[in-house]
Amino acid sequence: MANIISDEMIEYVGILAKLELSDEEKEQAKQDMGNMLDYIDMLNGLDTEGVEPMSHVFPVHNVFREDVVENADERDKILANAPAAKEGAFKVPKTVE
Amino acid sequence: MDLMSLTALELGRKIKEGETTAVEAVEAAFAQIGKVDQTLNCYVTTDKDAALKDAEKIQKKIEAGELTGPLAGVPVAIKDNLCTEGMNTTCSSRILHNFKPTYTAEAVLNLKKAGAVILGKTNMDEFAMGSTTETSFYGPTKNPWNTEHVPGGSSGGSCAAVAAEECSYALGSDTGGSIRQPSSFCGVTGMKPTYGTVSRYGLIAYGSSLDQIGPVAKDVSDCAAILEAIASYDPKDSTSIRRKSYDFTSALTEDVKGLRIGIPRDYFGEGLNPEVKEHILEAAKTLEEKGAVLEEFDLSLVEYAIPAYYIIASAEASSNLARFDGVKYGYRAEQYEGLHNMYKKSRSEGFGPEVKRRIMLGSFVLSSGYYDAYYIKALKAKALIKQAFDRAFSKYDLILAPAAPTTAPRCGESLSDPIQMYLGDIYTVSVNLAGLPGMTVPCGRDKKGLPIGMQLISDCFQEHKIIRAAYTFEKTRTYERCPLVQTPDQKGAIKE
Amino acid sequence: MSIQYETVIGLEVHVELATKTKIFCGCSTAFGGAPNTHTCPVCTGMPGSLPVLNRQVVEYAAAVGLATNCTINQHCKFDRKNYFYPDNPQNYQISQLYEPICRNGYIEIDTASGTKKIGIHEIHMEEDAGKLIHDEWEDCSLVDFNRSGVPLIEIVSEPDMRNAEEVIAYLDKLRLIIQYLGASDCKLQEGSMRADVNLSVRPAGSDVLGTRTEMKNLNSFKAIARAIEGERERQIELLSMGRTVTQETRRWDDNKEASYAMRSKEDAQDYRYFPEPDLVPVVISDEWLASIKARQPELRTQKLIRYKKEFDIPDYDANIITSAKRMADIFEATTAICGKPKKVSNWLMVETMRLMKEHEMEADELTFSPENLAKLIQLTDEGTINSSVAKEVFTKIFLENTDPEQYVEEQGLKTVSDEGALKEVIRKVITDHPQSVADYRSGKEKALGFLVGQTMKAMKGKADPQAVNQILKGELA
Repeated sequence: MANIISDEMIEYVGILAKLELSDEEKEQAKQDMGNMLDYIDMLNGLDTEGVEPMSHVFPVHNVFREDVVENADERDKILANAPAAKEGAFKVPKTVE
Repeated sequence: MDLMSLTALELGRKIKEGETTAVEAVEAAFAQIGKVDQTLNCYVTTDKDAALKDAEKIQKKIEAGELTGPLAGVPVAIKDNLCTEGMNTTCSSRILHNFKPTYTAEAVLNLKKAGAVILGKTNMDEFAMGSTTETSFYGPTKNPWNTEHVPGGSSGGSCAAVAAEECSYALGSDTGGSIRQPSSFCGVTGMKPTYGTVSRYGLIAYGSSLDQIGPVAKDVSDCAAILEAIASYDPKDSTSIRRKSYDFTSALTEDVKGLRIGIPRDYFGEGLNPEVKEHILEAAKTLEEKGAVLEEFDLSLVEYAIPAYYIIASAEASSNLARFDGVKYGYRAEQYEGLHNMYKKSRSEGFGPEVKRRIMLGSFVLSSGYYDAYYIKALKAKALIKQAFDRAFSKYDLILAPAAPTTAPRCGESLSDPIQMYLGDIYTVSVNLAGLPGMTVPCGRDKKGLPIGMQLISDCFQEHKIIRAAYTFEKTRTYERCPLVQTPDQKGAIKE
Repeated sequence: MSIQYETVIGLEVHVELATKTKIFCGCSTAFGGAPNTHTCPVCTGMPGSLPVLNRQVVEYAAAVGLATNCTINQHCKFDRKNYFYPDNPQNYQISQLYEPICRNGYIEIDTASGTKKIGIHEIHMEEDAGKLIHDEWEDCSLVDFNRSGVPLIEIVSEPDMRNAEEVIAYLDKLRLIIQYLGASDCKLQEGSMRADVNLSVRPAGSDVLGTRTEMKNLNSFKAIARAIEGERERQIELLSMGRTVTQETRRWDDNKEASYAMRSKEDAQDYRYFPEPDLVPVVISDEWLASIKARQPELRTQKLIRYKKEFDIPDYDANIITSAKRMADIFEATTAICGKPKKVSNWLMVETMRLMKEHEMEADELTFSPENLAKLIQLTDEGTINSSVAKEVFTKIFLENTDPEQYVEEQGLKTVSDEGALKEVIRKVITDHPQSVADYRSGKEKALGFLVGQTMKAMKGKADPQAVNQILKGELA
């Protein structure tokens, strides 16, 4: 395997992605990601000199809304899905120590 | 009268003409669901009561002449990544196990306006990530042609439900082949329209720049009619394209004279199962006999499509799926210490392995120091792939190709080797990268009796060419029902 | 000999734009709704929802760019900034990194050593986050998405400032420009203008930048000044002890007058920006740009020139009046009604400023109407009321926007012009104060003032002091 994924790297990506992996999963993830990167590295064989990266396939631009209030109060509907709510708000673990 | 063996348009006509009713159609659908879904697991959620109530209302409107469209009263199954207000929408994930959207996806609203009756939500690979419908938290879906095989994915539930006649038609979504590949495996007709044709508003995003909703049905006519119903310019979706015409059914003509069809040599080389190859080339010949002009050509860059696709799709997915965090909806871990631990536990317990694999990969390719090497490189490859298609379509009206290198693999065989599974997307992903429309039409079966699908691809906004060719081809064959529905009364015939 | 350090400061200023709706959905941006009542699937990050850009946001952002001498990027795009936090419903913020709307601008500030240009690196459009309320009873926080998706522009300066005075001058100038444009009310206390301070120190004379820190949570000009001083000292102390400054984000606690690092193991500060696939590029055509330019309201410099030409008021007055948009608006509207710019200016310069100081008010908080000030000027000019009564009436106008005509009528404040009645009072004053009369007659001019005062007092202020003076002189002659 050309791409060796270190423990630190898996740890770091876990922080970015907010995923907590067991030791077993970590080993598997290192393997999978290494394999995948080896495969993806095939792209290096493609000459992309001078090519503009393409994010949108169509040259569409300027899609706007006008500045007009359209939405009514949907709070109760939206909050109905919340795992925890209080006083009309989403409840989460304390964000500051 | 076996209502579920009819195409959507046939059933719609019978309802309109008073030979049957929307309510009877729903009853028939649920009878079939009751019979086979325990085996096939096409649905994650069904709601018979709601469907019957809807059917009654719609039937009244049909009788009052308020609903006159060809799909009025016809029961439909919706892939479980399309939001349906008040009805569970899980993406086949634990993390959305109890999520009831506050609104309905635009494509589904369009169907409702056309008088569709929603039966329920179909199973899929979790968050549409997979090619087998085995990554669902709610168990795998089985292929109705042979339950020891997978139905393909990610719209496996939708395609299997259509094949098994558990609905008259279904909606799927296609990010890298998720409609076309399972349609091929299940022997049904499925279409991915040009990017921007069907609003993505309410489609729970996997790869936003690639995702497109499309129809799954028994035949080309149904697909054209369904596409006509769901396609619309939607100001709520900034990537929605205002098309000159939303008429797709007038392309249903038996005429391919002079149609130039390119056959990409690079799609028929190593890796393509010989039986599949044989059937596809035979289908091409049939079109040639009908007057189309065939020519082999080199599309080029084919091998770069999969790596580019997996970089782009995983990167977008890693961001799109960040919102599932246990705060606003869905699953929250029961035990955690503090905010970040709550995030990590909820997501780690809520997502399955394939989703985690792609989120990790996507987070990595976007991370500091790797963005240019991977993400930008992939966007450049995408630009080149698009150019390759532009060149091809300057010469051809259509490209004819397999939808998948093989017929449906056996259950449990694919997930152990992710890269091998990703390689199965070789003929479908580049269409998504280039925003093109593509359709799968059944064109035969292998020795094991498993269906094979031919893929027709056109330039952007040229769906009518695909529909014309597919319709012409379809007229040369008869629709094959899967064995499961051919012996509906012999329960013993279904292998558990 | 100890090393002399130079402070290098750049600012990231977030300004909430004055649109009616959010940047990507049709929810109201109004303040003060109950939690989550101004929300929809888009601004609460519901699965499947998609953003659509509010055109007005582009207009405001471009207008601010033009007014700050920026180059408008006529082909701009949005990017996603990925990070997890509960006030951020999608766990990414839609912002602009690669192609922001404005670049390479500057504004000029006045400093003790003359005019100084402060460079503007870029201005970009983005969405605001929701609000976190820390529950007092339970160990939890509550998330309110009413502010989630409110449009912001972030104005990133070059590291061109050297001390707190320059920073305040820059912010003042920026605020004034944006207020003049009507793009935001720019209230620091309410959070519609927020400044993050990037600060580093380096040995004086060096042209290499030191390691900087970013200071957040600065809610007033005073806090900003204190935070700059505090951070400068902290960094110098570290360096003079031979230690290094860590590049980090710090949170200022104005009560403790100290800052602390916001870093945690879970904040990787790796935002994985990539182009927002759900939004298409914004292309600002030459025509569109020209129309934004044409609608650009008059800014302060232009106003100053016009005031001098059109109204012939002193530079000093014009400077003060234009220092706040609200003040300039009142001046122009009142002048348009009464046609007496100098008198309007006097009321603003003297009484208005005095009352603002007394009530600790900012110009934005002025609520009296130009109509009522114009009426007051009219009443004074006609001699209906005298100047001391006018001051009393103005206080009412200033505080309650009272209609002066009605008030004068109701309170009976009109100047008594009946000469007979006045003479009667004056004769009584003369009789009651024989000593003063004698003093006056013996040449003590001052005594006359006393007698005028006594008369005004007896008239309860409602006499014309000029007339009183005249009649008194006549009676004593």
